[in-house]
Amino acid sequence: MNIWLQIASAAFVGLLLFFLYPAAKHWMQNGPKAKKGDWQAAAIPLLLVVGFVILLIAMVR
Amino acid sequence: MNTLDRAVGRSTETTFATNKVIKNTYLLLSATLVFSGMMALLSLYLAVPVWTYTVSVIVAMLMGIFVLPRTADSSAGLGVIFAITGLMGFGLGAVISMYLNMPNGPQTVGLALGGTGVIFLGLSGYALSSRRDFSFMGGFIFAGMLVMMVAVLANIFLQIPALQLAIASGFILLMSGFILFQTSQMVHGGETNYIHATYGLYLSIFNIFISLLQILGIFGGDD
Repeated sequence: MNIWLQIASAAFVGLLLFFLYPAAKHWMQNGPKAKKGDWQAAAIPLLLVVGFVILLIAMVR
Repeated sequence: MNTLDRAVGRSTETTFATNKVIKNTYLLLSATLVFSGMMALLSLYLAVPVWTYTVSVIVAMLMGIFVLPRTADSSAGLGVIFAITGLMGFGLGAVISMYLNMPNGPQTVGLALGGTGVIFLGLSGYALSSRRDFSFMGGFIFAGMLVMMVAVLANIFLQIPALQLAIASGFILLMSGFILFQTSQMVHGGETNYIHATYGLYLSIFNIFISLLQILGIFGGDD
């Protein structure tokens, strides 16, 4: 990648980090906490996504 | 009885507003995806260089940070969201063209496109039908995004293929979580602006597609 594109990309990602940090801090401090069974309900579809991606990889290999 | 009537009326109003946000979001998302696809076809036709992708994404995201929040509550927001998604689609065309020229390129692009559709529809359908509140994932998702951004920043200069693979895999998981989070936000009234909701879901779909392209490109390559 062109060095100027690398510098522009790095500056842009730095800017994203700057804007993302307050939102991340807010959600980590004040976001609702998980109740019993909540993480399980989220983990099942996410694991299915992982399985699906592995299946796609197997199809291209 | 009167109190009960009022309570039922309020509840009906809330449900109506929520359904309106969901309906408008999916309508706008469909329109922006079609527009984005048309712009990708245009850039494929024009055979634009690969750096167009980086420039388009940077300009589009800057618009998403500085212009969209100021216009999202007015009709101008619709023009802005189409400009953002059109630019991102135009940039995507450059990357798709690069992958199409690789061995097994058409298969890789087709699988990434189909896979993105399956992941998005599956997760949205799950969040809509289960009506679970996934807002507890907010802290996890935003913290994860911060970690990913630091890794992306490092890999711009390091360019380590294994780190690129880890970043792409992490993005698919995070963006999948974000689809659950954003959809449940719409269902439970946490997100009332359909332009913001569309932008969030569009970015998730875009990131999942790009990450899948990278992963399938790495594993499907001849070397």
